[in-house]
Amino acid sequence: MLESLQLIISLLDSTIRIATPLIFCAMAGIFSERSGIIDIGLEGKMLLSAFVAATATFLTGSPILGLFAAILASCSASLIHGFACITNKGDQVISGLAINILASGLTITLGIALFSRGGQTPPLASEQRFMPIEFPFLDQMNYVPVLGDLFVEVISGHNILVYLSVLAVFFTYYVIFKTRFGLRLRAVGEKPEAVDTAGISVIRMRYQSILIAGMLCGLAGAYLSIAHGAGFGREMSAGKGYIALAAMIFGKWNPIPTLFACLLFGFLEALGVRLEGVELLWIGEVPVQVMQALPYVLTVVLLAGFIGKARAPGAIGVPYSKEG
Amino acid sequence: MSDSNIIPKWLSVGVIPLINLFLAFCVSGLFIFFIGENPLKAISVMIKGAFYYPGAIGYTLYYTTNFIFTGLAVALAFHARLFNIGGEGQAYVGGLGVGLVCLIFDQHVVSFLVTILAILGSVIFGAIWGIIPGYLQAKRGSHIVITTIMFNFIAAALMVYLLVNVIIEPGQMSPETRDFASGVGLVQIHILAKYLGLDMAMSPLNLSFIVALTVSVGFWFLVWRTKFGYEVRSLGHSETAAIYAGIKVSSTIIIVMAISGGLAGLVAINELLGVHNKLLLGFTAGYGFTGIAVALMGRNHPFGIFLASLLFGALYQGGTELDFEFSSITREMVLLIQGLIILFSGALAYMLNPLVERVYLKYYGNYSNA
Repeated sequence: MLESLQLIISLLDSTIRIATPLIFCAMAGIFSERSGIIDIGLEGKMLLSAFVAATATFLTGSPILGLFAAILASCSASLIHGFACITNKGDQVISGLAINILASGLTITLGIALFSRGGQTPPLASEQRFMPIEFPFLDQMNYVPVLGDLFVEVISGHNILVYLSVLAVFFTYYVIFKTRFGLRLRAVGEKPEAVDTAGISVIRMRYQSILIAGMLCGLAGAYLSIAHGAGFGREMSAGKGYIALAAMIFGKWNPIPTLFACLLFGFLEALGVRLEGVELLWIGEVPVQVMQALPYVLTVVLLAGFIGKARAPGAIGVPYSKEG
Repeated sequence: MSDSNIIPKWLSVGVIPLINLFLAFCVSGLFIFFIGENPLKAISVMIKGAFYYPGAIGYTLYYTTNFIFTGLAVALAFHARLFNIGGEGQAYVGGLGVGLVCLIFDQHVVSFLVTILAILGSVIFGAIWGIIPGYLQAKRGSHIVITTIMFNFIAAALMVYLLVNVIIEPGQMSPETRDFASGVGLVQIHILAKYLGLDMAMSPLNLSFIVALTVSVGFWFLVWRTKFGYEVRSLGHSETAAIYAGIKVSSTIIIVMAISGGLAGLVAINELLGVHNKLLLGFTAGYGFTGIAVALMGRNHPFGIFLASLLFGALYQGGTELDFEFSSITREMVLLIQGLIILFSGALAYMLNPLVERVYLKYYGNYSNA
């Protein structure tokens, strides 16, 4: 009994660690796509900002500066995306893809040129990272059964960005559904003509949305390289941007359901790692690849409308031009 | 997104894409400059690496072969206004088709026949991996971009599982199958040349290149000379018009995706039947994604795709040379260049149109067609 509790608690703990970058990126995706701009480039923005975070932190010694540099880099990528597909009405998928490939090539090339370590950045010391925060009263909580363990192992002891990711969800929910800006943002993604008629600039709204998306991706990247990890490694984002994209669709472009989708996908990955080499009753050993493929399979099934219907914002992918 | 109707075709199809390409190379050059190397030297190293050294052209054309297949795959889908990002996964699963045919039959059936069956296997398996997203788009309205992305990852997981657990050669560590029986496979051109008394440097270039050229001609015929091609292009121009014209939209989408997937699957014959002679992990190496750049640059026309594939083949082969000549730039530079080409030739393809229009009208403007 105690053992299985321990197992569940450590599973939940790694779920949260895995889900954090997914949450940031998925919220970024919601901002971008709710305003009508497809964001395949989540992956590239996260990768780029992970690299910039680690590099800036290594050079300045300050993770705070690293974090700001990461956000700056990610927002620049957003601006390229915006310049291509808002200003020049280019294809949003192609532009996002360009950003992903560009980020992949740029991080390795710059990494090798700067550090000559085959694309990695030098390892960061612990004072150069966002370290776990221990909550107060941990010792007392240790005596409380179950809930105490939950508090000590799962809730406490993460770095600041993990807690920030939870805030990001509420921030996204609040901004999109409870503010005038959010109402306009959703309108721009559904019926841009209407917003334009009301005298609000569609272009400006969309640029603002993708810049917020850029900031959130920057946080995701910084989490990978200067909080969760201690330095940048080649292709460090490893498809997480695409999983986040899947989670966003799975959450039907809504912040709270998307949060749960991120947690679900994080849990599946944690479980996959845990189940490696374990014989399960009746089922036998579950290959780790099944767990890896599950988020994508679930998203495909959901998109196909077999479990509820995911509907994208109405004007998504369509460049806006006044002439019509 | 459409071509301007003010400026003549030679400008919009010939000159503007070249300027976009030039811009992409200029920005790449800037990066090389900032890293502290000489961009012109990098270019000359790459050109030598791609064309000058013995066997270099063979290597370049071998990469070109892959890009022709994936470029055509993306282009066919583009003609129906479908964005198939799944070339990578379709090529990977195509490899499974090749692998299964060879592993099952190569001990019992004549090598020549096995090779033919393996080629068919690559097409059929690639096609299946295209049909599913096609079906989901046509019948269930799932966005093909998202589904094909998901299918790339599902393919990767599937192939790792099969190669690690099922079709791995027993008693060894690296996840790959046993070698296919000797005699199965596509002959490399330098070996063929030796039979004809010609002395060619060794390179992985093989008969797949001829297949790629043949398929390119077939592609042209299919798209511009058949009823089906007409239907595909009508669908691409306007779905509503296509419906009114009595074109069966769903089945056209599914067939397009089947052919597109099959074309991508053919990468496996170049890689597995032509070079590796076994099925191994990650042999697609991003060729499927490069196919998108190739199709964009080649404007979805087989001749353009051939030229674009040649360019990317030269970039890939020349890029490997960077590793030897420079300490601070490597072949990954090519990824950067590729990203910039997709950006300038794809996403920013029409950025220059207004400017070129203005310049054109200033010098040639007679306002009759403006």
